[in-house]
Amino acid sequence: MAANPMSQFDVYRIGPEIKVGAFDISFTNASLFMILSTVSILLIFNLGSKKNSILPNKIQLLAELSYTFVSKMISDTAGSKAKPYFAFIFSLFMFVLFCNMFGMIPYTFTVTSHIIVTFVLAAFIFIGVTVIGFIKHGFGYLKLFVPSGVPAVLLPLIVVIEIISYLSRPISLSVRLFANMMAGHTMMKVFGGFVISLGIVGGWLPLSFSVALTGLEILVAFLQAYVFAILTCIYLNDALNLHH
Amino acid sequence: MVKKIYFQSIFFSLFFIKEAFAAESGGMPQLNPEFWISQIFWLILTFGIMYLVLSKLILPKISNNLESRKSQILENIEAAEKQREDSDAKLKEYDEIISKSKLEANSIFNQAREKALKDIGAKREVLDKQIDNEIAEAEKEINALRKNAPDKINKIAIDTSSELLQKLIGAEVNNSSISAIVDDLSKRNGDKYYGN
Repeated sequence: MAANPMSQFDVYRIGPEIKVGAFDISFTNASLFMILSTVSILLIFNLGSKKNSILPNKIQLLAELSYTFVSKMISDTAGSKAKPYFAFIFSLFMFVLFCNMFGMIPYTFTVTSHIIVTFVLAAFIFIGVTVIGFIKHGFGYLKLFVPSGVPAVLLPLIVVIEIISYLSRPISLSVRLFANMMAGHTMMKVFGGFVISLGIVGGWLPLSFSVALTGLEILVAFLQAYVFAILTCIYLNDALNLHH
Repeated sequence: MVKKIYFQSIFFSLFFIKEAFAAESGGMPQLNPEFWISQIFWLILTFGIMYLVLSKLILPKISNNLESRKSQILENIEAAEKQREDSDAKLKEYDEIISKSKLEANSIFNQAREKALKDIGAKREVLDKQIDNEIAEAEKEINALRKNAPDKINKIAIDTSSELLQKLIGAEVNNSSISAIVDDLSKRNGDKYYGN
């Protein structure tokens, strides 16, 4: 098991098999880490919002800084109209961030390294943003695909490209997160394997790489959560403030 | 040197490709659909619950906390500003009172000085008059004395000379002839004796 760098992504059942109709909804290690992430998020932010002191303690400061960070990110990219979606984007950012960060602990499972999880999130965002766009602008939302100031000759080509790029949003959004997580964790596992195979003599070089990679992966874990949230904000901005 | 690095990089890339193939042989667990439904179900469940709790309970509280802190800080700043303005006004008032009382003190001092000067003037006038009067009286007396002086001197001279003559000659001399001589002398030499 340890030799295969992909075995860390294995999903296995914990406890009995649960079936609803034809669907298998058994509790797995993925479910465990989803619950762990959400419970720690709720715990931290509940503790951080309990007391309202003028001089915040550390956990309150953490909660309030996260709040202002996400709220600033939303208002910067999507404007004031995006305020009703703040809670969703905040939850999204925190969920992805905590899942990524939990994955950095050895022997844990990274929820966001599974394409199905990131794709469900991305697809939900894509459908939600499209629905919001059509509700706000009606069929005028289709003007998104017709950029202004384009010569009429090029217009059919541009429209096709715009539609393809719009439709590929959920794929790019989900694959970006999933691939980053998977690649990083695989690389760390490979270098960890090198440490073992090269032994006490030559293992120091891959070990130092591993240490550096751990730092890099923690950065990537934060960055990918941020990118995921900010791209959601940008898509939301397209739906709320039609610029074309 | 460059060649060596180049070949080394190719060697290592081949090594990594081999490693990747080894992983591929086991398959990517992500593409195994066995637990996809389970993952979707648990994702929706956990994320949904988290979203609901965050949006309904926790985030409003945090936003409330931030708002209340902001408003309290603003209130405090406002209160501080107001107090500063109050103290400025008080200071101004104080300055005004000081300058006003200074003016008042000045005017009182001036009045007192004027009054004193006036009193002194009046008293001096009275005293001057008195002194003038006394001087005038004294001069009058002196004048009167001076006026009477020649007669008395003449009389003394007559008496003295008549007595001298009596003792010298032993005979009575007519007073009137003596007085004629004295008068004559005093008329001639009066200026020399009295300085008039």
